[in-house]
Amino acid sequence: MGVNMKVRQETDQRLKGSGADVLIRSLQEQEVEIIFGYPGGAVLPIYDALHKNPIRHVLARHEQGAIHAAEGYARVSGKPGVVIATSGPGATNLVTGIADAMLDSIPLVVFTGQVASGVIGTDAFQEADIIGITQPITKHNYQVKSAEDLPRIIQEAFYIASTGRPGPVVIDVPKDISAKMFVEAERPKEIELPGYQPTTKPNFLQIQKAIQALTESERPLILAGAGVLAARATEELQEFIERHQIPITNTLLGLGTIDGHHELFLGMAGMHGTYTANTAICECDVLLNIGARFDDRLTGNLAHFAPKAKVIHIDIDPAEIGKNVPTAIPIVADAKEALRELLNQPFESPDTAAWLRLLKTNTAAYPLQYKADKERGILPQQAIELIHKLTRGDAVVTTDVGQHQMWAAQYYKFNYPHHWVTSGGLGTMGFGFPAAIGAQLAKPHEKVVAIVGDAGFQMTLQELSLLQEMRLPVKVVILNNQCLGMVRQWQETFYEERYSQSMISVQPDFVKLAQAYDIQGYKVETMEEAEAVFAEAFESNEPALIDCRVVQLENVYPMVAPGKGLNEMIGVKIE
Amino acid sequence: MKRVITTTVINQSGVLNRVTGLLMKRQFNIESISVGHTEQPGMSKMTFIVNVEDEGKLEQLLKQLQKQIDVIKVNDITDKAVVMRELALVKVVAPPAVRSEIYSIVEPFRATVVDMSKNVTTFQVTGDPEKIEAFIDLMKPYGIKELTRTGVSAFVRETQKVQAPQLNIL
Repeated sequence: MGVNMKVRQETDQRLKGSGADVLIRSLQEQEVEIIFGYPGGAVLPIYDALHKNPIRHVLARHEQGAIHAAEGYARVSGKPGVVIATSGPGATNLVTGIADAMLDSIPLVVFTGQVASGVIGTDAFQEADIIGITQPITKHNYQVKSAEDLPRIIQEAFYIASTGRPGPVVIDVPKDISAKMFVEAERPKEIELPGYQPTTKPNFLQIQKAIQALTESERPLILAGAGVLAARATEELQEFIERHQIPITNTLLGLGTIDGHHELFLGMAGMHGTYTANTAICECDVLLNIGARFDDRLTGNLAHFAPKAKVIHIDIDPAEIGKNVPTAIPIVADAKEALRELLNQPFESPDTAAWLRLLKTNTAAYPLQYKADKERGILPQQAIELIHKLTRGDAVVTTDVGQHQMWAAQYYKFNYPHHWVTSGGLGTMGFGFPAAIGAQLAKPHEKVVAIVGDAGFQMTLQELSLLQEMRLPVKVVILNNQCLGMVRQWQETFYEERYSQSMISVQPDFVKLAQAYDIQGYKVETMEEAEAVFAEAFESNEPALIDCRVVQLENVYPMVAPGKGLNEMIGVKIE
Repeated sequence: MKRVITTTVINQSGVLNRVTGLLMKRQFNIESISVGHTEQPGMSKMTFIVNVEDEGKLEQLLKQLQKQIDVIKVNDITDKAVVMRELALVKVVAPPAVRSEIYSIVEPFRATVVDMSKNVTTFQVTGDPEKIEAFIDLMKPYGIKELTRTGVSAFVRETQKVQAPQLNIL
């Protein structure tokens, strides 16, 4: 009897079944609730295992749609997004999404099928060297050599993707490995990654130095990036800025770290940042960067960036500190741990009253502005303000890249964190709509609005099938200016209005397109129509698509031209 | 500036590609690279000589290398007392008429003859890269038919004369 018991215990330590069964079981152990994917030859065994398994699978209509949806899911839920695609073209169709997740630090675990181990390297049917292809755009990648390694690799992949600075991890699974029968794999024990030990606790002395710099400063400024969101540190951040009365600005991806209406919030900084935020960066004497990577779209010309400031940089990734901006006080740490430490050390608040008054004066003199004109039609900024009004700033908003993205960033003031899903680093057209699907699946009870351009939407519109199939109440708002807005704006500004290939005069009837997918479609051309239609669409529990015709030649302002410093904004005042 | 960097990596397929790919992505120029097993099973050591513009770029390089999951340890040993060795095989045109002349040049380098034919002799020479450069320069006038170098392998010496400042990896 005793012997039998022992045998029983030993088998419980193992995962049994086919390679694919072991793979799916390992995903269950990671508490994966949803998989975004698309089947194909090399992943047939995995899909067969999924067929008898309760993990929900969302069948996108293109692998790029699947991975952007997974990114949207990860962004709002904080959990790694899981993707499966087949070998060759299935895998290469994921590349844009993997690169996007890498640049924006989104946790993903991506499974790609691979041809059978024996024929790898022979240019077999649907073979692509996805390990080689994704090596520079992943946090890490694996090719599985033995089915018995699957539980360990999957455990490590989730750990790597979601800890430290999050990012995408690719696991390439040859078909013979997933198809292998009678696999008995050890359950993974402790994670053993000697080369991966992210520092999360801040160095005490560095914190002391930061405190001293802040105490002595007269014009401190906080720049908060997506690292604050990834660390779920928004409450600590708010407490810190309120306690010490330090004004705050955001990167594009950092929006939502602070309530958009907070009196200490100066708006977004950077190329299309507010006058107040950009001048604050130029004038501040201490710049405390928490979880932002000093991207070139934020800093403008580095020679003119924060010239008067002592820079303190808190980042979980040491390689980001000092990469672009010389840093006086580097602090390698998780944003939450660092902020907690800063809160635990009581220190004398700097006297920022005069500084805050100056910033307030700037905001009053140079607010974000546009000139509405009934004759010209709907301005895109008005459309976003209308969406903001109707959703009370509570919606999850997703975007592509370009003009509509900048207007959404400027005019949609978020009440809460983790409601803003945009492609920042890679600037991917076609990201916003599938990302909205993933976000809606993560937050079924929240309002999700995909604000997209007419051109970007057409890059991934096939995912309308998912709204049709699942009746997800995503609202797709196409800010339709019948052109590639940002390309056109740059051609106007820097290429003497030579609109080379940016004016798209032919496009589908988006209302009929929506109807073809059994989705309510609307077209609006005036603000009166927009108010009525948006209200109706947002009330409904059904998906909706709104073709919102906007003024074609409207530009995003203020703007820092490429190569210029943040002190050289144009379009600050609209005449 | 030229830096000598050693990394200890987990000996996994793709790790060399990962490291060199990283250097390429970040626009670093590798002058020489050598890889081999170490005393620990499963671990390999890579020695690079890279050209970097300034301290800032060097710091980036070290941090980016350190960030790789398969990279266990990164050291910039340029300013330390080190043992540095490289091996070169040099095929020199050496007809009998000049052979003894060549041999007399070769001798102080302690190069050895590893292959020989009627008119061509192959020498093996080991040492630090400067010594090998000097050897090659001296052989050039006779005509070098073929040349191959292993790349530098290096160790930090057990006894360090002066405390050289090492770049801090945070």
